[in-house]
Amino acid sequence: MNLTRDRVVSPILFAIASFSITALFVIGVFIFVEGLPVMLRVGVWKFIGSSEWLPLEGKFGILAMIVGSITVAVGTLVVAVPLGVGCAVYLSEFASKRAVAIIKPSIELLFAIPSVVYGFIGVLFIVPFMREHFGGDGHGFNIVTASFVLGIMVLPVIVGISVDALQAVPKVYRDGSLALGATQWQTTTMVTLKAARSGILAGVILGMANAIGETMAVIMVVGNAVVMPNSPLDSVRTLTGNIALEMGYATGDHRQALFATGVVLLVMIMMLNTLTRYVTRKRVARQ
Amino acid sequence: MDKSYPLQTRNLNLYYRKFHALKDVTMSVEARTITAIIGPSGCGKSTLVRCFNRMNDTILGARVEGRILVEGRDIYAPDTDLTQLRKTAGMVFQHPTPFPLSIFDNVAYGPRVHGESRPEELNGIVEQSLQSVHLWDELKDRLHEPALDLSPEQQQRLCIARLAAVRPRIILMDEPCSALDPIATSHIEELMEELVRDYTILIVTHNMAQAARVSKNTAFMLLGELVEYGETARIFQAPKDNRTKEYIGGRYG
Repeated sequence: MNLTRDRVVSPILFAIASFSITALFVIGVFIFVEGLPVMLRVGVWKFIGSSEWLPLEGKFGILAMIVGSITVAVGTLVVAVPLGVGCAVYLSEFASKRAVAIIKPSIELLFAIPSVVYGFIGVLFIVPFMREHFGGDGHGFNIVTASFVLGIMVLPVIVGISVDALQAVPKVYRDGSLALGATQWQTTTMVTLKAARSGILAGVILGMANAIGETMAVIMVVGNAVVMPNSPLDSVRTLTGNIALEMGYATGDHRQALFATGVVLLVMIMMLNTLTRYVTRKRVARQ
Repeated sequence: MDKSYPLQTRNLNLYYRKFHALKDVTMSVEARTITAIIGPSGCGKSTLVRCFNRMNDTILGARVEGRILVEGRDIYAPDTDLTQLRKTAGMVFQHPTPFPLSIFDNVAYGPRVHGESRPEELNGIVEQSLQSVHLWDELKDRLHEPALDLSPEQQQRLCIARLAAVRPRIILMDEPCSALDPIATSHIEELMEELVRDYTILIVTHNMAQAARVSKNTAFMLLGELVEYGETARIFQAPKDNRTKEYIGGRYG
């Protein structure tokens, strides 16, 4: 009886697992089939190397948006890495059990807030603040604003993975350092963080991938102008923002060019994922 | 200050929460000798040795009563400098624990955390420390390779060199050979016999033969109590306490 059940369950689970992989595969194929032709017609280098985006005149150059996505992602890391790693170090090395019990679930809760709410808070508070105190061409809708909003958003990813990495460091390293008369802070910076660095790096890269992939919160605060930014206070458009903003009315080549934008995005995310895998694999090999 | 007994406890009791791990232990360790603590697993011997550099502080719920004197000073006195204490009484752990850094950075770690940053000084300390554990000739051309690539014996020697670099006067060893093979063990024992000219060594071991080979004095512990303490030869040949006799005779542990 049980044996028969096993014989039935296994193929069903296999089917379910295959479904997820199939979905991934189909999405990939679909985006490439829709996006590649126009990319090849325009020329791959022209498509990703020019910043002239005039879809109604048939000019498709997404360089400004690639730069937009990358600057916003880097800005996000500038905000999120010190906050996230600092928080992880506190939680893992210094905080009392009670503090951890309060802080860690709170940070995880950040993950549950819908991104549109982050965008909303950004528009209501950070944009006016930036406009009044810093000005700039974006009138508050700029790279710095988007970096702050996304920086808080990706915090749970970086904190979660960094805490895991720090707690995976064997206690013997900490004991060895303390027994040599090092303070707890010296132990943390000179031994524990060094031992955990590949895990922390993996968290940072994953946070960056999240930042590049985020759409709604960014659209609401970044201004979406298709220009090469000259300063952090300029407005930019990201690759994800471009697709979301124009898909509603695009037809023909324009529509295909948006799929091609998706191709570029997919390749960028895949590169970051591979980097994460490479970084973590090296860690396993060394221990 | 009692110079000839750098490690002393007076009616030491230690609790892990409710567990009474050390019961009224009073002992004095003679300077520049090797003193061994033997006893079955869980008898409190590691706990005792970890008292002397206050490593039990890192364990949640550990509580100490009684007095612990290192070089005559009560190490639980409010003005105790923990850094200074751990520089005076260094520790070698059961498993070799080099940091995931280069060989050089491992040995230079202690001096660096204590504020030494001049490269010539650090080079000198690293060379001297590695010399003292006979690793210099093997490793002088590999100083910047990861310490974790070394053999277990080399790793344990490196840990002793790392300790020597902070110039302690006392070395506490918590089963330093239990992760090593017999040949490596005999090498580490030879090293201990050299080191005892400069250091007071207190070693915890579950290996009675090792205690008999290297130590001048031996303490036998059972269930948190210091049962018997005296000259090694006497303890092994003519134990006074019946429990010591039974343990040495191989009845338990």
